[in-house]
Amino acid sequence: MATNGPTPDIDRARDIVSRIKDPEIPVLTIADLGVLRDVGVEGHRLVVTITPTYTGCPAMKAIEDDIRATLHGAGYHNVEVRMQLSPAWTTDWIEERARRKLEAYGIAPPRPVGSRGPIHCPQCRSTNTECISEFGSTACKALYRCLDCLEPFDYFKCI
Amino acid sequence: MSAALFEYTLRLGDDALIDGQRLSEWCGHGPFLEEDVGVANTALDLIGRARLLLAYAGTVEGKGRGEDDLAYTRDEREWRNVLITELPRGDFAFTTVRQFLLDAFNRQLYERLCLSLDATLAGIAGRAVKESEYHLRHTGEWVLRLGDGTRESNRRAQRALDDLWPYTAELFESDPVQEQMEAQGIAPATASLRAAWLHTVEPPLRSAQLMIPGNTWPQTGGRQGMHSEHMGFLLAEMQFVQRAYPGQAW
Repeated sequence: MATNGPTPDIDRARDIVSRIKDPEIPVLTIADLGVLRDVGVEGHRLVVTITPTYTGCPAMKAIEDDIRATLHGAGYHNVEVRMQLSPAWTTDWIEERARRKLEAYGIAPPRPVGSRGPIHCPQCRSTNTECISEFGSTACKALYRCLDCLEPFDYFKCI
Repeated sequence: MSAALFEYTLRLGDDALIDGQRLSEWCGHGPFLEEDVGVANTALDLIGRARLLLAYAGTVEGKGRGEDDLAYTRDEREWRNVLITELPRGDFAFTTVRQFLLDAFNRQLYERLCLSLDATLAGIAGRAVKESEYHLRHTGEWVLRLGDGTRESNRRAQRALDDLWPYTAELFESDPVQEQMEAQGIAPATASLRAAWLHTVEPPLRSAQLMIPGNTWPQTGGRQGMHSEHMGFLLAEMQFVQRAYPGQAW
């Protein structure tokens, strides 16, 4: 396959990369999250551009490694993973379909940036919920509790 | 290379790293589980920010030093962080009040740095400002809870504010590096930054029944590498592995 010879097959590469899962939230792909910004070709090199969610998010390194390993496995050997900081990642990049997947997985999806609307319990859909902690199991989540079904749940921080 | 840009980026990176290192000392020692996780998460954001800044400082310097070289092989006098970041973590009130003062500063600083004429710093700032805004919301709530809580929590928060306030002057210090960065449109002006910072911290402190100390003697020196007696111990712990096993990677 494409090493230093022919121009890499970009459509196939884009399809492969966009199906890579987030290591912490395996129901979402990096494309769902908005972390994957671009797959392009520069000469004989495949350039994958990603944007970090949080600057300290340890998953970013895992995502970078996954992209490289997956592409190598598919025969792409001349690969560069490029980190793009600007524009800064926002939860508004998570699409509606991905939000539904998050909720089905038990994580309340983020509100639109600037919205003050209620946060639904992903188990029983009640809006009678309260924040337990502004920080949760990963950099991107906060801890909530449902006051109706009494289940605690993760809320994807809106940022 | 631009010597002033290297120096300025190093200052930003060192502030973030040393603050993050101090916060991470709470991991496993938080007053309760949620706060343990909260403080550790804030530390993670700051260390991530420091990585980006130190990596960029290394690029600007152009001598082949990377983020790890700058973090793990510089001696005390080569560090450029403000003194307030290196003070021992103290009790939870001290850590919280310090973080509140720094979050408010970072929130204002990075908002202005988004407009920096240096594209890399502006890019890092775009990410950092959102995180600091979130951190500030968290520490602001805690300042209110501690200051306007029990007599004991108020006493501790007030004592922390009294001890920390003299160190805040250094955040707004000017020198030839700062002036050059301002003149080039890379850094925001310290005077307007100080006004915005005061405007951010005063109302929450007042609501928390905490009194801002009057005139105090400013504690400075960090930007020139003149650190407190605490810095050496912090570096000894942070740099131990790379000092004992130079170049070790895993």
